[in-house]
Amino acid sequence: MTGKIIHMSEQPEKREPLPKVLLVDDEVGYATILRKRLSKRNFQVTATFSGSEGIQALRKEDFDVAVVDLKMEDMDGIELLKIFKKMVPSMAVIMLTGHGSDRAAKEGIELGAFDYLSKPCELDELVAKIKLACGEGRRD
Amino acid sequence: MNSSFHHDDGYYRYLTRNMIVSILLVSVAPLIVIAAAILYYFEISYREIALDHLKSMVREHARTVDAFLDERVANIRVLAESHSFEEFSDEQFLTNKLTKLRDSYVKSFVDLGVVNAAGIQVAYAGPFKLRRADYSDAEWFKQAVERHYYISDVFHGLRGLPHFIVAVRQVSSDGEVWILRATVDFERFNSLVQDIRMGKTGVAFILNKKGEFQTTPRRAVVSSTHVYMDFLRSEWVVPDKVTVVEEPDTSGDVCLHVMTSLKGGDWILAFRQNAKDAYAVIHSTRALAALIFVFGVMGIVLMAVVLSRKMVRRISEADLQKEMMNEQVIEAGKLASVGELAAGIAHEINNPVAIMVEEAGWIEDLLEDEDLKQCKSLDEFKRALTQINTQGKRCKQITQKLLSFARKTEPVAQNIQLNDLVEEVVALSQQRARYSNVKLISNLAPDLPTADVSPSEIQQVMLNLINNSLDALENGGGKIEVTTRLKGDRVVIDVEDDGPGIPKANLARIFDPFFTTKPVGKGTGLGLSICYGIVKKMGGEITVNSAVGVGTAFHVHIPISPLHKVEKKPAAVVPSGKIAEA
Repeated sequence: MTGKIIHMSEQPEKREPLPKVLLVDDEVGYATILRKRLSKRNFQVTATFSGSEGIQALRKEDFDVAVVDLKMEDMDGIELLKIFKKMVPSMAVIMLTGHGSDRAAKEGIELGAFDYLSKPCELDELVAKIKLACGEGRRD
Repeated sequence: MNSSFHHDDGYYRYLTRNMIVSILLVSVAPLIVIAAAILYYFEISYREIALDHLKSMVREHARTVDAFLDERVANIRVLAESHSFEEFSDEQFLTNKLTKLRDSYVKSFVDLGVVNAAGIQVAYAGPFKLRRADYSDAEWFKQAVERHYYISDVFHGLRGLPHFIVAVRQVSSDGEVWILRATVDFERFNSLVQDIRMGKTGVAFILNKKGEFQTTPRRAVVSSTHVYMDFLRSEWVVPDKVTVVEEPDTSGDVCLHVMTSLKGGDWILAFRQNAKDAYAVIHSTRALAALIFVFGVMGIVLMAVVLSRKMVRRISEADLQKEMMNEQVIEAGKLASVGELAAGIAHEINNPVAIMVEEAGWIEDLLEDEDLKQCKSLDEFKRALTQINTQGKRCKQITQKLLSFARKTEPVAQNIQLNDLVEEVVALSQQRARYSNVKLISNLAPDLPTADVSPSEIQQVMLNLINNSLDALENGGGKIEVTTRLKGDRVVIDVEDDGPGIPKANLARIFDPFFTTKPVGKGTGLGLSICYGIVKKMGGEITVNSAVGVGTAFHVHIPISPLHKVEKKPAAVVPSGKIAEA
């Protein structure tokens, strides 16, 4: 665990601010590569590698969308979702689940998650969902 | 715990033998005791009755004979007292009297004679020429002079024919002794005794004190007369007393001798009968009882054997079933742990695969930015990246399959889309189908309503049916078609093959436990019976159509979820679905 928060804004100046995405996944390799690829697709991405890091990051700044892994070592994704929803109710949360944890995913939806995706997921699908979530969030 | 179910043939043979012996002991032993007791008491009482009967018969006849003799004496005495010696000396008078006597007493008398004190017969009436016969030395004459009257033994006398005499002594007015004697018709007397008949071997006769026959027995009496002589010596002169002696005769057969005294103890009336003949009823009863007993025991033995075998067969079947169940439970347990393991592996593999796929994607992203127009291998790079992506997706599919298998090992009813299950099972069986040269096709109706069933159980049923079809097609290859359709409020899954079909005789028993046509060791005969049980438990139905040479079709009817009876579209979970929008 590196413990440091990587902040990236490699994108050229745009009139509209880039959608801000918070990634929380204890699988460092996955979170890192996902940050890189999402950043390339015009998202301002912060990658964190545990539940507590995610909470810290959210304390520092606001995000439009959080992408949260359901299964993490220090914290259950559902727990984190509850905390996020308390901290910033307007932030959309997309859950990443392992296949077959439909029940947990359903529980997440009930607790206010925007949607869920089963891991490993198509990047295009994730991008589409994040964009959709941003739209919703902006409308709120 | 498992070992208790494993019994070899020896155990069941021992069980059968034990049951047969117990049944026989419990049922035959009391039967023997009861039969023996009844027979014993029957014999005793029957013997008593038979002997009583014989005794009373002999007693009656003795009375009859005594009465006959008394009557004859009375006849002669009355005659002697009514007339004087002089009157009787006239032969014409005597002849008249004889004729009268014969008329009155059915020819009981043969002749009539008057003997004076010197023993000379002074007058005679009858068929022989005995006038002036001298009886002074005859035993009867001496006896008659001594007593008032005398009945002689049977003797041949002067005439040379068996006869006996009734003599009455009279004293004339001048003090002279004279005797009126009459010869009794022997044939008539003889018939009195000969008429005593009983059974085949019953013979009656009269003996005098010396053991000489006084009548002609109906049949020759070969046995010695010592029995009678003993009787004469010991039980002498007890009127009306009847004695029975049982003794084997010279030929070895036991004879019954029934005896009583006659003529004031001068004679005995004897009746002799073969014991076997006298107790014929006992023997026939004994034979009948033995016959009934033998048949009864045979019946019991038969029942004991048949029942024991039947019961032991049931027990062995139950044991086998238990064993199978046990194996199934173990199998299910294994399946569950395999499922857990699979789920663990799938989760672990998912992450590295996801990273690999994303890294490949990242390279693709970067390649777009670089100016690599001149790079010779650009196309090859792209192809390799696509390949990584494709294989990554394949890994994802594999882990998905593993996870879905693991999730469905628990036999808990869930709201299930049957099409998904059918597709999975068909996919699982494809490999084997290919080896057997069988075309396995699924034909699924779209928009099928879900059912509340246990996925693992449906999987089991489907696997069983498809495996059965595959077994049937193993040698020649062929086609299996799995179809789903909606029929009323039931989803029907058809599994049809174009195999050799099932003969009609087997079709009726196909769902019976332990019915199998597979070789020993290959099939337990439980598969279809378990399928039947599972489907019945779900409230469904399983039917079969088959024609030899055409093929076989199994139809599994499963009731749809009660939810659909109100609303058609399910709020079900579709893998990677969008619940939020549903």
